Amino acid sequence: MQRKRTLAQQDMLVGFALILPSFLIILGISLQPILSTLYLSLFEVPRGINLQNTFVGLGNYISLLSEPIFWATIGRTFYFTVISVGIELVLGLAIAQLIHAHPPGWQFLRTSLIIPWAVPTIVNGTMWRWIYNADYGALNGLLFQLGLIDKYIPWLTRPDMAMNLVILADIWHSVPFIALILQAALATLPPDLEEAASVDGATAIQYFWFIRLPLLRPAILVALIIRTVEAFRAFDLIYVITNGGPANGTVTISFLTYLEMFSFGHAGRGSALSFLISLFTLTLAFIYIRMLYRPEEKQ
Amino acid sequence: MKKTLRIILLSFLVLLALLFVYVPVAWLVISSISSRSELLSTPIHWIPQHPTFQNYINILFPSQGTSEVAKTFRITLWNSLMVATSVTVIALVFGSIAAYALIRLRFPFRQTLLISILGTRMIPEISLVIPIYLFATRFGLFNSPIILIITYLSFALPFAIWLMAAFFESIPVELEDAARIDGCNRLETLWRIILPISTPGLVSTGLFVFLTAWDEFFFALILTSTVSAKTVPVAIAEFTGRYVVDVGGMMTGGVLAAIPPVLLSLIFQRYIVSGLTAGAVKG
Repeated sequence: MQRKRTLAQQDMLVGFALILPSFLIILGISLQPILSTLYLSLFEVPRGINLQNTFVGLGNYISLLSEPIFWATIGRTFYFTVISVGIELVLGLAIAQLIHAHPPGWQFLRTSLIIPWAVPTIVNGTMWRWIYNADYGALNGLLFQLGLIDKYIPWLTRPDMAMNLVILADIWHSVPFIALILQAALATLPPDLEEAASVDGATAIQYFWFIRLPLLRPAILVALIIRTVEAFRAFDLIYVITNGGPANGTVTISFLTYLEMFSFGHAGRGSALSFLISLFTLTLAFIYIRMLYRPEEKQ
Repeated sequence: MKKTLRIILLSFLVLLALLFVYVPVAWLVISSISSRSELLSTPIHWIPQHPTFQNYINILFPSQGTSEVAKTFRITLWNSLMVATSVTVIALVFGSIAAYALIRLRFPFRQTLLISILGTRMIPEISLVIPIYLFATRFGLFNSPIILIITYLSFALPFAIWLMAAFFESIPVELEDAARIDGCNRLETLWRIILPISTPGLVSTGLFVFLTAWDEFFFALILTSTVSAKTVPVAIAEFTGRYVVDVGGMMTGGVLAAIPPVLLSLIFQRYIVSGLTAGAVKG
């Protein structure tokens, strides 16, 4: 009895000691800054260094929510998120299934998928921007030589086109991520399942919809949430490929926040915007963590 | 017959997927070894007639009169390496001991702590940047690699804790109990038993942290202003912003920036897939 208590005490002491460094770091570089940002979002912050901030309460939030620019930006952000994540999920699932069918070259394909995933986002963006280049780009060159267009098109000068081309670059980067996660999940399914289903008279499509897809559900949900959070706050690709243009056509919420903070000098409004992004992503993160830690709750 | 047809169809799809992966990369590499005149020619020279490695030589082997682009890339590649390596080491040391405590030791608020640490991983960079920027300017850390290392821990540390926690959960407790019976205390067990068998977890976590730090752009964009601290993504983005200056040089910088993460991922691909599975598909 005596010994047990000392062990528990020892555990507690060692436990807190081991966690303390990480706890302090996270406190200093995540919690303190995000609380400061929240605080700052309640003020109007003038551009000069030594000027006084004016308390405006929820003023920044109210003025943002009443501006058409904000809603247009939200619309573009949702368009970007839904289209890119949607296509990535469908293609990722398709490629995962393709790999799982073990056709000739499947191992090479699986290895190759790591490349787009590992290429740094900025390199990815630069590469696509060069491909989309109006005068010398590979996209124009290819389409022209195939006879699909009769003159070079300045792709990135049309707002809707520019948005879709940024999405394409995002798809190239992220389809492999989803495909790799889902093929790993597929590989853990019992191998005789499909046989059993076909003995019971299930068609391939029935098997896919009623057996495989439900079993993949946890993996799909996790991939979906990670990608949704990332796409919702996409910044890097937009910065390199279009820099928000043309005519604000690719300004999503992170980019607008960046502009408010660092171009327009509205630190208060920028903070309010960034807090709205945090709120959205933390909600998704909460759902995500609930899902991940469900097994542990049973203990 | 039907089976042959199926194999042909599937092989065709594999080919399509491979083209999707490799065509853009191929164009990146080809552009990096094409001369300026070939890059700016119409119709496009898909295969360069006079491939040249001059861009690579300029960046990797400094000499008199190399361009500004080459110089910038050489320095920023080095900065990126320093920052990403430091972040990885710090995150691994503090992250793994914290993860071990959170998974193995019983103490109050354990679960709450674990979940809140995971939550901080999801805080977007843009919500942290203004206070960090103000802190950096006040303490003379603006435009220094140190502020980048500190700042990157905001995502690297929770990430490391998260992945290592998933890894420690998979190690059987019995191993430690055995060590306990042999008279080891917690710290000795951690040092002598857990650490040696944790190599796969540490490798995979280190890899993910390194890749994320190498990839990071936003903090570096805001917190650095000259080549003394700029990382390679910032350098690349800057050159992209200017019109067609030196496309070949830029593409070469891109290839060189992509080589470390791509090579590491390919060498350790087993760990990547298991890391994605442990971290992401858990539960």
